Parts: sequence; structure tokens; C-alpha cells
Amino acid sequence: MAATALETEKLCKSFGALTVADNIAFRLAPGARHALIGPNGAGKTTFVNMLTGAIAPSSGSILLGGEDITKVNQAARVRRGLGRTFQITTLFRKLPVLDNVALGIAERDGVARRVWKPASKHREIIDEASALLTTLGLAGDARTPVQDLPYGRQRLVEIAIALGLKPKVLLLDEPAAGVPSQDSHHVLDVLGALPADIAILIIEHDMDLVFRFASRITVLVQGQILVEGTPQEIAADRRVRDVYLGEATHA
Amino acid sequence: MSGYTGDPRIRLQELLPWVIALAAFFVLPEYLSLGARILTYILWALSLDLILGYAGIITLGHSAFFGLGAYTAGILGAKYGVTDPFLQLLAAAVAAALLGIATGALILRTKALTLLMLTLAITAILLEIANKASWLTGGADGLSGVQVAPILGLFKFDLFGRTAFIYCLVALFLSWLLVRRLIYSPFGAMLTGIRENTARMHAVGAPVYWRLVLVYTLSATLAGIAGALLTQVNQFVGLNVLGLEPSGDLLVMLILGGVGRLYGAFVGPVVYLIAQDYLAKQYPEYWYFGIGVLLIVVVLFARGGILGLLDKWLQPLSRPRSSARASAR
Repeated sequence: MAATALETEKLCKSFGALTVADNIAFRLAPGARHALIGPNGAGKTTFVNMLTGAIAPSSGSILLGGEDITKVNQAARVRRGLGRTFQITTLFRKLPVLDNVALGIAERDGVARRVWKPASKHREIIDEASALLTTLGLAGDARTPVQDLPYGRQRLVEIAIALGLKPKVLLLDEPAAGVPSQDSHHVLDVLGALPADIAILIIEHDMDLVFRFASRITVLVQGQILVEGTPQEIAADRRVRDVYLGEATHA
Repeated sequence: MSGYTGDPRIRLQELLPWVIALAAFFVLPEYLSLGARILTYILWALSLDLILGYAGIITLGHSAFFGLGAYTAGILGAKYGVTDPFLQLLAAAVAAALLGIATGALILRTKALTLLMLTLAITAILLEIANKASWLTGGADGLSGVQVAPILGLFKFDLFGRTAFIYCLVALFLSWLLVRRLIYSPFGAMLTGIRENTARMHAVGAPVYWRLVLVYTLSATLAGIAGALLTQVNQFVGLNVLGLEPSGDLLVMLILGGVGRLYGAFVGPVVYLIAQDYLAKQYPEYWYFGIGVLLIVVVLFARGGILGLLDKWLQPLSRPRSSARASAR
């Protein structure tokens, strides 16, 4: 295995005169539990969108498991093991929970191209999806359309789809966003139980969740990495307090 | 319901169209020509449902493939002496498939209104070509004298449409089997995924564009076959198979029956074409008015088309379990 799961070198992005990513050199270790934080407008979303391939960087490169994927398109990055969840739930709303997960697994397995045997006879896909739902506590909802689930559980489906792709690297974009606080421990439980060999980068505003989940934290400010360190180091860093934590407590 | 939680077994009510068609063959012998025409439109609507109802590709240009198929069969039968009905079908299918893959590859990266306009442009161009190349297509007069040999050398196309009706029914039945298989397969589930949330399909690693080109080509092929069938039934092709108008009519038929339901493609053309036939006889000048009223009623009161309405009425009877679940929440 490569020394880093995901890495960016001199990654830059500007929209006209506005620079939203400035020379970002970021490393995600294999099996990492890494958080990316920063005030609003710091360029977190742009950074994630460059990692997933939704937008192209102006310059610099992105390496997945040591291989340059800067020019690889979004879907092909997924097939190479880069999974993600969305900040705003992006699900097949009318479809049952099981189908939501099965569609992803079928893509990973190459079954999605098959045209003859009925989908519901592909036991291997359904069993895997069911097992995944069970581990996330969603087994009882397998046949319920996603849109009928409470929002907190929809967030779990979002994670289930990503896990079904068996990613080597998983980007979690605000997994607890919009979840009522009494339910956010569910999300945290699920995150805590994720397979240890997946390298995880979490983008999150909920500081409580970040400090409990992550073993390393990178702080992004105005498109640049301000500082990176352990949660203790970050919590103790004066600059971070000034630009970020101070503001967060006001919000 | 297709997909991974669906039940792919053929239900009893799914045999209803075939029972009705066979009954019509014996009970309504004087309407078999209209019947054969309806069957070709059902096949064409089925091909549209595959891309519009399942994959979510919005189009006003589906007549391009229908028309190309119709003219391919017609030109072969009228100008080049290729009279074998299966050869004509095959040629029409290949021509429509080639046009499908070529235009699909060009336009399927676009969405919504852009896509709609591009599909419309393609069929408008074909209409203009068919209009101008009158040495080949007969132009505005249409192409008459299309020769179609007896099927398998045995069954002549008769004046009453008996052969034509059974011939079209068999073609539709085989196509239905194929489309139904496809819809219940993982590929069909994947198409539904693209329709429901394209961004999500990208994010699970699906090569969305290529999949769309594939299903578009398949749909074009079926539409081409439907067009060729119409030519063979009428032994004539006219400009009315190309351009906006037939595409619009087809869309109305499918919406009338119900989009994305497989059988909406059966119900829509039957209701539309029978209404058209009846109204055109009763009120030759105003028959479009009746169709318009029908469409307004459906869009206002039955969003899922006629089948959607039936579903709504029958649901409380057939799904006590799921409604109990819903009320338990």
C-alpha cells in the first residue's frame, strides 16, 4: 500500500481574480480519521469538489494511493476507490432504501450493465446491501422509500451508499448537517464503527463531533492550510481560536 | 415495481392487453386496419417510455427514428425491390440504431430545454430532407406503391388487415418481452437511478453518458421497427411520420396512458387513436378539440395518466400492508 491514501500537491483554484484554493498540500494517511475545518468561505467545498472531480483545479495535482488522478473523471475516481457523501442528501428519494444501496453495489460489481436476469434475483447484491443496512441499523427500513424516512436516517442511507462502494478513501461532507441534535449521536456511532482500513476525511461544522471523531485536524482559511495537528494541538492553537473557534462560538 | 426490491413475475393483469388484442381480432374484424396501426403506435410509445419514463431523457424528436424506419422500409419496398418484410424491418432497425447512436452521442451530454430543442432540430432536419428529396421519398405526395411480400412466403397482407394485425401483434409482443426484461434487470434499475438522481449515479461511479447513449440507441431501434411496421401496414409512407407533430402526438399518448409504467404505452395510444378515429368521423373539423380536452383533463386530474388514476383508485384495495405501515408512522 502507498504511504498516503490521498494527497494533493500545490493544488490551486481560482475563479477569475478570486483564489479559493492556494497551493494546498494535503496528505491523508491510510486508515486516517482526519477532519477538515475552517470558517465559512474558507474553500472547504471547493477543495472537496476538486478531490471528487466535480471541478477541475487550475493547477496542481491529486494523487489517490500514489496514482495521479487529476485528469480522471468523477465516476472513474469512484471506481478507483474514492467514495463520498454529500452535504445535502443526494439520494434516490422515491426508491426503497435497499435499492438506494444496491444501485451503488451493482455499479461496483459491474452488475449494473446486466440486462437479462431480474435485479431482484441478483441475491449477491441484495444480501450485501441488506448486511450493510443491518450494520447501520437500517434493516427495518429496507423496503421504505427514502423520502418517508426521518432526515437523520436519510443521512445514514447517504453513508450506507458510500460504504457499499467499498472505498479506500471516504470523504464525508458534513455527515451530521441537518440532523436534530438528539439524533446526532446515531451518526457519531456509525462513524465510530466504520472499518478501520478506510481513510476518512470529514468536513464538519459540529466541533463536538470533529474533536470526538478525528485524530488529525487540518484548518483551512482563505484557501490556504493554516495549520494541521492533533485535536489537542488545534484546540490550543491561538491562530485557530482567533479565526475559527472564536467565530464558531458566536454563531 | 421493478428494481432490487421488485417482483419480476408476470402478473395476471399484465396478460390483459394480449387477451384484449386477440379478442379484438375475432370480434372486430372490420377494425383490424385501425388495430394494426394502434399496435405500431404502442410499440413506438413503448420505445419512448423506455427513455422518457425510465431513463428520464426528455425528447420531442422521437419521430426521427420512427420516420427513418418508416422511410427505410418504404424506399426499399417501392424503389429497390426489397420486398421481404423481415429484411425491411431489419434494415429499418439498423438505420434507426445508427441514427440513434450518432445523434445520442452528440446530444446526450445536454439536459432539459437544450436537449429538447436538439431532439426537435434533428427530426425537423429529417422532415426537410424527406420533403426535398422527392426523387427518393415522393416528397409531399408521399411514397406509394410500397411492395411487401407475403410473410415467410405464406401470409399475404390482405385488404382487411388480418395478416397485418397478427404480424404487428407478434412484433409488439416480442418487443414487450424484451423491454420488460430490460426494465426489471439491473440495467433498468440503473436507468431509474439516473432519472431519479443523476448526480448520485455519477457519485456511485456510473458512466451515465454512455449508459444513456446505449438506452437511447435501443429505443431508437424499436422506434425504427415501429415505423417500418406502419409502412408495411399502410403500404405507404408520408411526411406525417417526421417532424414535431407526430413526436408531440406520441408524447400526448404516453402522458395520457401514464409515463414510466410500461403499460401507459399500451393504454395511451389505444385511447388516443380510437378517440381520434371516432372524433374525426363525427366532427371532421374539430377532432383535435376533443383530444385537447382529454389531455387537459388528464393533466389536471390524473398526473400519472389513466393508469395513475387507476392505481390511485385500486391502491387501498391491493396494498393494505403498506398503508398500515404508513399510518403507523
